[in-house]
Amino acid sequence: MNNKFLLRFLGLVRANSGLVILFLVALPLSLLSADFLSGNNLLTVALQTSMIAIAAIGMTFALITGGVDLSVGSVAALTGVLAAGLATRNGLGTYPAIFISLFAAALIGALNGAMIAWGRIPPFVATLASMAAVRGLTLVYTQGKPISGLDEQFTFWATDAAGIPVPLFVLLFVAIITYIILHRSVFGSYIFAIGGGEETARLAGISPAKIKFGVYIISALAAGLTGLLLTARLWSAQPNSGTGLELDAIASSVLGGASLMGGAGSVTGAIIGTFIIGILANGLNLLEVPSYNQQVIKGLVFIVAVILDYVLKRRLKNNGS
Amino acid sequence: MSRTLLFIKIMADQTYRLELKNITKSFPGVLAVQDVTLSAYPGEILALAGENGAGKSTLMNILSGAFTADTGMILLDGQEVKIPSPRRAQELGIAMIHQELALIPQMTVAQNIFLGREPLFAAGTLVNTKMMQAEAQSVLNQLGLDFSVTALISDLSIAQRQMVEIAKSISIKSRVIILDEPTSALSERESAKLFDLMRSLREQGVTLIYISHRMEEIFNLSDRVAVMRDGQLVGVAATKELNVNSVVQMMVGRELKEFFPKAETQRGEVALEVHNLRSGSHLKDATFTLYKGEIVGLAGLVGSGRTEIARVLFGADPNEGGEIRVAGKLVKIHSPQEAIRLGIGLVTEDRKAQGLFLGQSVRSNASVSLFERLSRFGFLLYEKIDQWVRGAIQQLNIRAANLEQRVGNLSGGNQQKVVIARWLAVNPQILILDEPTRGIDVSSKAEIHNLMGELAAKGMAILMISSELPEILGVSDRILVMREGRLMAEFSRADATQDRIMQAATGQLQNAGLNVHE
Repeated sequence: MNNKFLLRFLGLVRANSGLVILFLVALPLSLLSADFLSGNNLLTVALQTSMIAIAAIGMTFALITGGVDLSVGSVAALTGVLAAGLATRNGLGTYPAIFISLFAAALIGALNGAMIAWGRIPPFVATLASMAAVRGLTLVYTQGKPISGLDEQFTFWATDAAGIPVPLFVLLFVAIITYIILHRSVFGSYIFAIGGGEETARLAGISPAKIKFGVYIISALAAGLTGLLLTARLWSAQPNSGTGLELDAIASSVLGGASLMGGAGSVTGAIIGTFIIGILANGLNLLEVPSYNQQVIKGLVFIVAVILDYVLKRRLKNNGS
Repeated sequence: MSRTLLFIKIMADQTYRLELKNITKSFPGVLAVQDVTLSAYPGEILALAGENGAGKSTLMNILSGAFTADTGMILLDGQEVKIPSPRRAQELGIAMIHQELALIPQMTVAQNIFLGREPLFAAGTLVNTKMMQAEAQSVLNQLGLDFSVTALISDLSIAQRQMVEIAKSISIKSRVIILDEPTSALSERESAKLFDLMRSLREQGVTLIYISHRMEEIFNLSDRVAVMRDGQLVGVAATKELNVNSVVQMMVGRELKEFFPKAETQRGEVALEVHNLRSGSHLKDATFTLYKGEIVGLAGLVGSGRTEIARVLFGADPNEGGEIRVAGKLVKIHSPQEAIRLGIGLVTEDRKAQGLFLGQSVRSNASVSLFERLSRFGFLLYEKIDQWVRGAIQQLNIRAANLEQRVGNLSGGNQQKVVIARWLAVNPQILILDEPTRGIDVSSKAEIHNLMGELAAKGMAILMISSELPEILGVSDRILVMREGRLMAEFSRADATQDRIMQAATGQLQNAGLNVHE
């Protein structure tokens, strides 16, 4: 009847749901808090958020295949302490230490990928196991104590350059690379293919195992980068850093349009999703909401976003468009 | 009660079971059903024919509560009813049995029949399993079905699952049962059983609306035929006043010269030789040769091992002994990737689960096999891909709004053409098509048959698996017949008849024509 206009509007909302939610979160905050829109505050948000966004991009890769990577928080912590340890205790210098620790992250990703791709272990189980094991390795390596004494070469990565936080540049760089991989390369289109139907992909001559293997390496590398930036930001590597990172990363991806069923998701979506969560947390801080209450609000926002996504999807589907 | 008597009785009291009046339904950009008025009597089988996209499914979805009509009225036994949901339809006694069966495979027959309305005891907290099974049993008895109520759905054949769906609709006292292409996944024997069941339901006064593309079945089974085209009802008449040509003409709006265009092909060199192929419990022994430029039909009942041959040749299932030679060379095929490299393609039987990425675009579905070739340093060359896809859309006459359209929203015929487009991109030497025209409208079917002929004429070797004997007989140069995992017979086009193929498939004729290659 006359709901064609409404349907078109709903379609637009769904296609850009991340931006719509971002707007819906930012609007009341800018009205309620005078500090929210100040340049300083926005830069703080950008600094904190860009570090998480890198891990969220990696998570999006795993979600698109229909999987998930629960080990990202542990991998971030291990990468951070390994780099700090190699740089300070072993005197390897910042860049060799960073390189080796990222290699270690990639190795863990490869292990996850191998378990999932060739061992046929469900991603949830495989990465849950490595989440525990890698966190354990981190604690063993550090004996539970932070590693400090990082030089300026290391901490530079969480400072400002030309008034803009360096992690934002890192995020931009990672975003461009991963955007090209996910949305322009053969490998990326195969990621969407196996998420859209693994058996169909196999019968079309694609090897799902190789693709998944690569995806978990990418996810671990992204988590490792996040871990390095967190370490640089704190001037020390904390064995307990990155706890709960997997939840933030999954929530960000899904807020940005990634489907938990696989087959959908984007790099830009992951970034927008992370900013939704980052801005929300920042705004609640400015409004002096106690941090325990913030947790509850964060959870609720996530649920509302997911419900909105499902409701809109169903509504549009039932109307045959 | 005999059919004539029943007919006289209906004529006498003239009450309709169901009346649809001026039903219209539009989707964004499409008028799917346009001012349709249609009635059905109690105790009749009304066939609803039409090409895919003609509006049959939409109309039946409105009747079963999945969609709501924009305008129009529905009367059930003379009373106006509103059907806003499938649940309401169920309460009113309208059941729809979809092509994709809605049963839970891990549960038993009885549990599925009573799903959501289990008999309870202990103040409504526990399921009364005994009573449930007893009642399920009595429904199965009523319908003359011989499987156990405690059998798991996953252990039943597709045909038996369909029977369970029907049993479910009977147990909720349905007055109107809609069957959407019920025989598309059934063998002839299983179909016959289903038809017996439908006839007995008709005797019991149930109204059956039967959607089908198969003319034979429509003429065998139905009392009246209603034909839809482009969202409108183009005609309703008693089946005995119609013939196949008149129905097809109504469906497509023009006269089709030949139902199955026969392709003239020249047999070339040997493309594929298979010796003693074996795999699992369904494929025990198959030996045959495929030549370039011919279409070989592979017939047999469902479960006779036809699909398994296709899957083993394509590397999707393991080859447990048995030799495969491609163009004279002995090969081992461990994965679909290797099969494709050897020039073998497979259009799978299950289009939705194995052939397509339903949520993704026409572009990526048609071109996924081309990604590696149309890329540079691992990056996709979108212009070239789009160019190729546009060419394929034109060549295969795929009706899609644009390259971005979700494949899941296309009609069955167009979906199948997208799958075939993907294989054209690979240009295999040997193409296996497993039920290539199942659930597809008449003109898409003819287009696909034409295309198969063209490909064969260019030297491709084609193996076509089909449960539709007229298709096998009309398209194939040579016909192989499987029974219980073994290749039982081979016929040339000239020798083959529907009867002889059925005899071989059911075991009354053995080793006919085998090892007589030329």
